[in-house]
Amino acid sequence: MSDKPIDLRAHKKTDTANDPSNKWLLRLYVAGTTVHSVLAITNIKRICEEKLDGRYVLEVIDLYQQPLLAAGHQIIAIPTLIKELPPPLRRIIGDLSDTEKVLVGLDLKPL
Amino acid sequence: MLKSREGRSYQEHVTAFWSIEIMKLKYSMAKAKENLKPKLTAEQRPQLPKALTGIEGLDIITEGGLPKGRASLICGGAGTGKTLLAMEFLLRGATQYDEPGVLMAFEESTNDLITNVASIGFDLHGLIASKKIVVDFVYIDRNEIVEAGEYNLDALFIRLSAAIDSIGAKRVVLDTIESLFSNLPNPAILRAELRRLFFWLKEKGVTAVITAEGGTDTLSRHGIEEYVSDCVIKVSVSIEERVASRRLRIVKYRGTSHGTNEFPFLIDGNGISLIPITSSSLEHIVSTTRVSSGIQRLDAMLGGNGFFEDSVIMISGSPGTGKTTFMAHFADAACRRNERVVYFSFEESSDQIKRNMSSVGLNLDHWVKKGLLVMECRRITQYGLDMHLLLAQKLIAEHAPKVVIMDPVTSFDDIANTSDVKRIVMKFVDLMKSLGITIMFGSLTPSEVQSDSSSINISSIIDSWILLRDLESNGERSRTIFVLKSRGMSHSNQVREFLMTDHGVEICDVYIGTGGVVTGGARLNMLAQEKTLALKLQEEIELRQFDLENKRSVLDSRIAAMRAEFAAQEASNLKMIAQEKNAQTQLNQDRIAMGMARNADKHNAPLKAKRKSK
Repeated sequence: MSDKPIDLRAHKKTDTANDPSNKWLLRLYVAGTTVHSVLAITNIKRICEEKLDGRYVLEVIDLYQQPLLAAGHQIIAIPTLIKELPPPLRRIIGDLSDTEKVLVGLDLKPL
Repeated sequence: MLKSREGRSYQEHVTAFWSIEIMKLKYSMAKAKENLKPKLTAEQRPQLPKALTGIEGLDIITEGGLPKGRASLICGGAGTGKTLLAMEFLLRGATQYDEPGVLMAFEESTNDLITNVASIGFDLHGLIASKKIVVDFVYIDRNEIVEAGEYNLDALFIRLSAAIDSIGAKRVVLDTIESLFSNLPNPAILRAELRRLFFWLKEKGVTAVITAEGGTDTLSRHGIEEYVSDCVIKVSVSIEERVASRRLRIVKYRGTSHGTNEFPFLIDGNGISLIPITSSSLEHIVSTTRVSSGIQRLDAMLGGNGFFEDSVIMISGSPGTGKTTFMAHFADAACRRNERVVYFSFEESSDQIKRNMSSVGLNLDHWVKKGLLVMECRRITQYGLDMHLLLAQKLIAEHAPKVVIMDPVTSFDDIANTSDVKRIVMKFVDLMKSLGITIMFGSLTPSEVQSDSSSINISSIIDSWILLRDLESNGERSRTIFVLKSRGMSHSNQVREFLMTDHGVEICDVYIGTGGVVTGGARLNMLAQEKTLALKLQEEIELRQFDLENKRSVLDSRIAAMRAEFAAQEASNLKMIAQEKNAQTQLNQDRIAMGMARNADKHNAPLKAKRKSK
């Protein structure tokens, strides 16, 4: 699959950022209190509050507590942030310290 | 499971067969240990614990399997069978050695895997249900992934750990972990994470197998052999003469000795089979039992008893000299002794051989139906050299024959060069000899050569060599046979003629004419001539005897006649003598009477005395 069709969709939905009816359903998978995990939680909370005030649901899942979810949700990297809604589904891996990339991944900013 | 022709399970056959190989191995290991004894006894030497793979042959060349509790790397290009090898290790562990396993699949989904391993006879679905195997399919869609900062693979560790703990797994397969490199950004992080993963696996104490794509310069595309250092196995497919052969080599195996060659292997309905070609040794136990060739007069040529039981026999000849018929005779004779026979034919189909042999009165079909004879017919170009040998070994393991026939062995020349053929044939011969199997090779010599050399130069390993030749003279071809060599027995040095009759091969008496051995029509002609000559002689003798008898009777009658004549003459002569005597006496008396009458003188007295003296 090439990247192009997704790029187009992403482009179309640049408005999603400003559409008040859109709600962001986000799941952040972490593993205990490692440096990456803690950093990722801090980063996503900051970004959500800044950009999606009140329009998001963030669920933080500790895989150490629920290890079976890792397989169920096809998680391999820690931390992984999954944007379930609005479509398309996106996985953002890393400690989310690169805010620009996170915003692109969350469709809050065009490429 | 696959059942053999006899109802013994395939596995039983194979176990019986390989157990010989294992025994050999143990023997050589024991010998090696003896050599080491002064330095270190076996107990003192730390033994590397190993996990049996359950794959025939691989356990032999690795001398007991893969390193237990460590990670092994299987690398190879696309389609070389690395996934199957890893899968078989896992599945056989779960089914044969009670070692549950976890498969982390990066390339194939669980359903695909279930279908794939079903083709080699495993019920993955059932194994998953009975908690012997856990399959975790790791799906990564590159398009969904955005990297935003540093990450690690803790989730993978957690997944693997959960899977291992859920069934108490002892074996883990990661297939193909390198696909992470193409799906996740930042290779530097991945490298570090993989290194951590392999350490972690070792700590977990599971026996791990990791597969990797072969690279151009390195063993694996991303060089992960650097992290997996205990055991590295390379699988490859090589194409020779447009025929593909799979090969396997142990690149390294730390802390143990292992076979270092490239071993050919095969993937079929029973998974992977590997030929463990151990170094061939000449330590066969020999037999003095003799077996019949199936042709009485050929046995007679071989010192009266036929071939040795564990010998290598070659029937060579140019096209159309009757090699196949001789081999069929041998097969037939073995079946008559109630021995099992495997007949490999590279030129004719089994039906064709059966039909053709029925024309000389050999009913092979009967033996096939009885289960004593197995005919394996395939074109030589169907497989590579190693594969042919491997398939042959498999069939022999399955059928456990006393006699193996290969018709003709020279076909191998078409698919490989002579030295390779020689090497393979020698290995085959050594293996057969160690199993006490009689082997009969057919060898096709080009008609123009007519020589006593075999084109594949295996003459040195042949024990008994029967040469069939065409003799062409007076516009006809006749077939001759002679024993070129037969080790360990006195054999005939004569060239014999043989005929194909409707009751098989018939070896004729030799006829040596003025210009050498006479064969065919010329021989019959000679025989006829000889017969007429003998008749003529007989007649002549009778005639002479008659003549002599005749002469004798003529002579006798002549003698009788002469005698009669003589007798007549004698009688008449005697009569005349008597008459003359009488006449003389009368004359004298008359004269005396006359003298007396005339008073003659006394001086006449001397005259009287004279007469008296007569």
